[in-house]
This record gives sequence, structure tokens and C-alpha cells, in this order.
Amino acid sequence: MYKFLSHMADAKFQAFGQTLEETFAHAAFAVASLMWDWKKIAKNIEIPVEIEGIDLEQLLVNFLEEILYLLDTRHFLLGSIDKISLEKGPEGWKIQALFTGDENVSGYEIFGDVKAITYNEMIVKNEIPFMVQVVVDV
Amino acid sequence: MELKKINSNTWEIPKQANMRVPAIIYASEKLLKGVRGDKTLFQAKNVACLPGIQRKAYVMPDAHQGYGFPIGGVAAFDLHEGVISPGGVGYDINCGVRLLKTDFTEQDIRTQKKLLLSEIFKEVPAGVGKGGTTRLSRKALEEVCIKGAEWAVEKGYGEKDDLSRTEENGRMREADPSYLSPRAFERGVPQLGTLGAGNHFLEIQKVSEIFDSDVANVFGIHSLNQIMVMIHCGSRGLGHQVASDYIRLMENKFGTKGLPDRELIYAPIRSELGNRYYKSMSAAVNFAFANRQMIAHWTRCVFQKVMGSSDGMDQVYDVCHNVAKFERHTIEGKVKEVCIHRKGATRSFGPGRNEIPEIYRSVGQPVLIPGSMGTSSYILVGTSMAEERSFGSTAHGAGRVMSRHEAKRRFRGEKIKEELEQKGIELHCTSWRGVAEEASQAYKDVDEVVRISHEEGLGRLVAKVVPVGVMKG
Repeated sequence: MYKFLSHMADAKFQAFGQTLEETFAHAAFAVASLMWDWKKIAKNIEIPVEIEGIDLEQLLVNFLEEILYLLDTRHFLLGSIDKISLEKGPEGWKIQALFTGDENVSGYEIFGDVKAITYNEMIVKNEIPFMVQVVVDV
Repeated sequence: MELKKINSNTWEIPKQANMRVPAIIYASEKLLKGVRGDKTLFQAKNVACLPGIQRKAYVMPDAHQGYGFPIGGVAAFDLHEGVISPGGVGYDINCGVRLLKTDFTEQDIRTQKKLLLSEIFKEVPAGVGKGGTTRLSRKALEEVCIKGAEWAVEKGYGEKDDLSRTEENGRMREADPSYLSPRAFERGVPQLGTLGAGNHFLEIQKVSEIFDSDVANVFGIHSLNQIMVMIHCGSRGLGHQVASDYIRLMENKFGTKGLPDRELIYAPIRSELGNRYYKSMSAAVNFAFANRQMIAHWTRCVFQKVMGSSDGMDQVYDVCHNVAKFERHTIEGKVKEVCIHRKGATRSFGPGRNEIPEIYRSVGQPVLIPGSMGTSSYILVGTSMAEERSFGSTAHGAGRVMSRHEAKRRFRGEKIKEELEQKGIELHCTSWRGVAEEASQAYKDVDEVVRISHEEGLGRLVAKVVPVGVMKG
């Protein structure tokens, strides 16, 4: 799944999975866990997302930024990722996923803020055992 | 890393390897210990390697590890050979502080304190993923990005006088919102006039110590126990999106090879992309000015309603502490225009600079340094010495010493509220866990930070304020 590591000012985590797709999904849950309890979010809304990146690092940043964008613009709280696929094309990498979750209505506690996803100390290990490491600006 | 000791509070990383200039760190032995514990010094070294960097890379007393630049990093770049870097400004563009004075004393508001705070809490939207009460059209938001605080004053939020008491008069004239992505607008629309969360706050404070009464008087601070209002927030999702967008655009254009840290991506200042970033960043700066202008206005309205008057609630000043801008500085004996990056650093101009309001020009600009939640904050005055020693910059706050995760594990928000109440401080918040993250024990000693600023002449002490009511997003 994911675990948080000590970081003075910001939040740093590692996410793991059987595949790179699963690892990316777990990274998304780690980001959500800084702001709300994603396991408690009802699955009332589905949002398909399609993200591109020139390399895996940028793909990961763009993918995780999507959570912040959807929170700010649609007040969407990510609860789970039902489908996720990753492919490499001639121009770079692409991810397609189905985010499910709920609108930020009263009853959900939002306890933290994530300002941005950074490249600081980022690791994307695209081989077994799959792992990504991310520092987010909070 | 080996440091050369210049004096008891000044340290140098001598020029070595790819460094184009040395790096200077202002810190006491105690603060230096913290700085050595993370990547601050390595990040300062990386900054000193950037093309066109002038004189020295500077690190402020509250510095800690950032991304690309350290937080508390100051660097100036030549306009022809130099660069501009989103990582040198930070994600929260124009995160800053605004201070209002009042003519009330602690005694005057004692019985109304709770009500004041709960009314402010009602008026000023706060928290994560929450929209404001002001939902603008895209066209109106463009105007906000062009005019900044001026837009807000035109719409009836506050007074003309507030503008001259704001850095850049509340408006960076180079702003061009046509370079912002649709996403930046989408994120900005629901968030104008909101405080946000994290370390952002609004405090009702009282003056607890005056170090320099002459300068304090000029700033409108006249007596102990005088009530002040401090607002700390930034450009919200709009600014974050601008930073992320331009990091991505610069990567796509220039690639990431050879960078010691991917967050140090930059564009030549005079390049098309450098210019677009600067104009977009300026738009985000203006959004943040308008944001604080609106929040200040609502705070005055609450005082008017609860206390029966908001007379004398003049703005002392409004400072940015995450910004890049063009300024004139003396370098090797010649006055030269450079592109200054201040990331987690406050401008600290001394007397005579024409960038600062006329009313303060004889003493220097007010420098506002917020402490952590529930602790003291400080008002300093800029100095001419800072222009020589740090391109007119000083610290911006306390700086963390404990991770948020650790703070959340160790402290409980409810308990913190109780402890603050025992000290006579009211607390209103959107989340207990959020409060635990901001526990004052998780921060550096702000007293030590401002002492170094004062002793090194980067910004001199004028007054100390302590909270009586805290609203945390």
C-alpha cells in the first residue's frame, strides 16, 4: 500500500503495488489520506481521467495533481480508483483511470491541505518490486 | 558540509565545484543545527550554480528544506544571462501577510472576543476544498488578475489607503492573465476570498512588547495591549496551478537533463517562456492581493458590527513572501536591475527606497513575521544594511522542526484548544487534526529567528504581538 516517511516540512511517502498501475493508484490514496479518510468516502460520483506525461515522473506528478484539481474545481473527494491502465506511446506515457468518490458535503472531515505535488526526492521504480516515492507540498 | 564562519550568525559555503557564487547563511549555532539536519545547505549550493546569479545566494534565519530552492532562499539574477525559476518562488505564489491596526485595547474587546471570532469565522470562508461566497465569471477573474487589490477596492472591499500600504501597491503591473491555463482559472473562480488551510490563519492579536517606539508610532502601533489583526494566506489553487503548469512547460521545452534537482527547472528571463511565467506569476500575485484585501474588508465589517466601530482599523502593511520581481540593487558598486527570487523570505527595504509608501519612507518598510499558531508574531522594520547583505530581505516566519505526520501523532487538536484557552487564546478551526499539525511545538522558535534578523541588521525589531483569538483554516 503506502507508508509515510519522516519529512520536516512537507509530507513524504512511498507507495507499493504488484504492478505500476496499482502503485500509482496507491500513491493517489496516499495523497488523499493527507486530506480526508478516503476509505470512508461513498462512491456516488464517477470521473474518468486521462493523464499524459513526458516520462514516468511527470506522469505521476500530473496524475496526483488531478486529485487536487478535482477537489478545487468540483469539490470531489477521491474514495477509490476502479480502473487504471498505463501505456507508453511515441510521445510519452499515458494513464487512463476511473476515479470514484463523493462530493465534499458536510459529514466528511477535511483535515489537511495539499498545495502541490513536487519532484523533490521523487523515485519511480518501474520493475518488481514496484515503488514510487513522492514529497508533496502541504 | 563545511561552512566558513564569517561572524557568530553568518556562515558561508565557499564557491566550489559548479557554484558560480558563494552562499551565505544567516543563523545562530542553534538554528544552524536544524538547517544541517535537512537538505537546506545542498539546495543553497544548487541555487548558487544557476546561470546569471549575482553576488551571493542567501539563506534566511528561518530556512528549511524546500524543493529546488530552500524555503528562506533569496537569489538575484542578471536580466540578460540570468534565469527565472518557478521553484524559486514556490507553489503558493504571493503567500503573504497583512496587518491591520485597531484603536481598541484588549480590555475593550474582552467580553466580545468570542463573538468577534465566531463572526469572522462566518464571514471568511476557510478550509480545504471549500469555495467562497464570491463566485466570479472568468472575465471578472481576469480583471482580478490584472488589477489585484485595486479590483477589490473598486468593488467596495476596503479603502484606497490600503493600496499604498501594500507591497507593489497591491498590483503587479506586468500581470497578464491570458497566459494562465484554463485550469488555473477553474481553480481560482471558487476560491477568491477564502483563507485556505494548512499554516494559513487569521489572528486577533495584542501588542505585547514595543522595542522601538518611534518606528512603532509611524506604523500606527502606539500602546501595549493594542489590538491588531493579522491575515496570513496566499493565491490558493490558482497560484499552485500556475507553478505546476510552468514547471511542466519548462520541462517539456528545455528537458530535465543536467539539473541537480528537477524542481530547479528554469527559463532564461528574456525567453518567451520566462516572460510568460513572469506575467502569469504576477497574475497569481494579484489574485492573492485581492484575496487578502477582501478578507481584511470582511474583518473590518465584523468589528463594525460587533464593536460598533471599525474606525482606526488602518492597514499597517501587506507583504509577499513567495515572489519573483525586478528590483534595482547595487552590485559591485553599480546600480543594476535584477530579477530577485524570494521564496519564504520577506522584502526588507530600508529608508529612502521609492518602492515603499511615502508614510514609511523615512524609517523603512514594515516587515511582518508570523509565528506559529498560538505563539508570538513580530513587526520589524527594513534596513539599508539588508540591501547590502541579502538584497533587502529577511525571514518570513518560524519554519517547521517537526513533520506534520509526527505532529498529528503526538498532539491532539482538542487538547491544544484547551491549552490555548488557558492562556486566554480563543481558537476556531475547521479540523482538529489540522490544528494538531500546526502545534507550536512543531515549529522553530520564532523569537530566535527574529533575534538573528535584528542582530544581523536584516530587519530590526519594532514590536511583538501575541494572539488573543485564532482562526485556522
